[in-house]
Amino acid sequence: MDILVCMKQVPDTEAKIVVNPEGTGIVTDGIKYVMNPYDEFAVEEALKIKEKSGGSVTIVCMGPQRSTEAIRTGLAMGADKGVHLCDDAFEGADSYSTAKALAAAIKPLSYDLILGGKQAVDNDNAQVYAALAEMLDISHVSIVTQLDVADDGKSAVAQREVEGGAKEVIQVSLPAVIACQKGLNEPRYASLPGIMKAKKKPIDVIDVAASGLSADEVGEKGAKLKTVKYALPPEREAGKVLEGEPEELATQVVKLLREEAKAI
Amino acid sequence: MPQGIWVITEQKEGKLKKVSLEMLSKAKEMGQEVTALLLGSGVEGLAADLGQYGADKVLVFDADVLKDYSTDAYTKVICDAVKEGDPSVLLGPATASGKDLLPKVAARLATGLASDCVDLKLEDGKLVATRPIYAGKCVVETVTPDASPQMASIRPNVLAVGEVDASKSAEVVKKDVNVSDADMKAVLKEIIKGASEKVDLTEAAIIVSGGRAMKEADNFKLLWDLADALGAGTTVGASRAAVDSGYATHDMQVGQTGKVVNPNLYIACGISGAIQHLAGMRTSKVIVAINKDAEAPIFQKADYGLVGDLFKIVPLLTEEVKKLKAQD
Repeated sequence: MDILVCMKQVPDTEAKIVVNPEGTGIVTDGIKYVMNPYDEFAVEEALKIKEKSGGSVTIVCMGPQRSTEAIRTGLAMGADKGVHLCDDAFEGADSYSTAKALAAAIKPLSYDLILGGKQAVDNDNAQVYAALAEMLDISHVSIVTQLDVADDGKSAVAQREVEGGAKEVIQVSLPAVIACQKGLNEPRYASLPGIMKAKKKPIDVIDVAASGLSADEVGEKGAKLKTVKYALPPEREAGKVLEGEPEELATQVVKLLREEAKAI
Repeated sequence: MPQGIWVITEQKEGKLKKVSLEMLSKAKEMGQEVTALLLGSGVEGLAADLGQYGADKVLVFDADVLKDYSTDAYTKVICDAVKEGDPSVLLGPATASGKDLLPKVAARLATGLASDCVDLKLEDGKLVATRPIYAGKCVVETVTPDASPQMASIRPNVLAVGEVDASKSAEVVKKDVNVSDADMKAVLKEIIKGASEKVDLTEAAIIVSGGRAMKEADNFKLLWDLADALGAGTTVGASRAAVDSGYATHDMQVGQTGKVVNPNLYIACGISGAIQHLAGMRTSKVIVAINKDAEAPIFQKADYGLVGDLFKIVPLLTEEVKKLKAQD
């Protein structure tokens, strides 16, 4: 099976987020960037499928120059090659123009399955996988915690997580886009031999001209949703720390929750 | 000229989800005609409730093929209706179904979608949506200046449900449902129910949550006992550390790589308060923290901090809550 994994490089979840003085974006100096955690599940699942049925795994990534490092991480885990959409014109994209660029890079490729994380942990939009599927005129399944590809590679059964701990079991024809959720698998760490091999694996760099799209269709210019203001959320102050024996603590807090906080 | 605010409501097993009423209440404030979309099978009776919460008009799509949520069927029905009705604003819930449906609708309509919004306002016909990013470490305002309809998905349990106006009734329009087998590329085979029938974390009014200090899965029973005492609308959550240690299942995880919750009351038991956990519960109205370690970061964010042994305190809390409820 030829599997594509859509991957994004994002700030590490430990990063302290600071808004710039103009309120137009976040301060990026000093931020450590990593492969989006949800995309790790996608890479791992692709590698597992390849190990079972043969084929190839290609990482497709839209991002600035520094994203190469995250692509190499995917290659070090075991993916075969990378496709890097890299151009100033792709910057400032929203979910729509991101999906547009990815779709343009993907259309000429041969693929049986597309995997990606359910959301990128920077903008938390959780939209690209569905928009990409729509633009490629294929199905998608979201928030997937289990994936079983049929032996003939023409369909798959996916379990998706819904409210109340319930799971929907969806049968989908392939190719399709599968948005991966935590619990799908345990992503492997790149081994040292894997890291060494990754340096030699090919990464095709695609600029806007090579994508076949015009600069107006991608990045900030092609975005439908514009972000106009950035702010920090209201800080939560520490409240009261109660003192005493367990019995006193229990009585005190229940009284406060009823009378002061009116929470119970 | 796009006109009117459309709200895609959600019902489950014939009952309207609370987020449907939250969205309608907000839509009503915006001063344009509000149309609710109701999809399902045998759900026409719910249209009356939608009117009382603010819908001027209800479009009812009632058919067997819509009984359970289906990406293909729901997308087609909604997109066809939008192309016909040309609304200015299209809102939907940021629930499991909504998060699956709305981005596909937005892409098909080539418009902008603000996901998982915590506030909305309409300024001169322009929808300004407020939404969290970086797991809530930052909050942004977004607009869709050049495309239509302006779409937003609303996080459940954040917006207020307005007053019911029993005198108000909506114009109910039954619409044809044109979905063929050929439209259905992904098919729901079955629904595997969750272990507990309790309210979902994202919709709960009160959450009792356990961390690694719970030591064993069985000890979560203490938290379930407290949750039961606190009543309906209460459920139990867990930190990532507890889930990774096998004390709780992943669907119970609250945090950056788990669920983002917004209850009235969050009781954190044996949870240290890592940034990633806080990201998932920082907007709770009231936070109670119980931890043996007085230096635990969670005490910086809790409204009421109890330094002590959760194994002693939690059962006592359960007793006190039962006493209180018995007097009510």
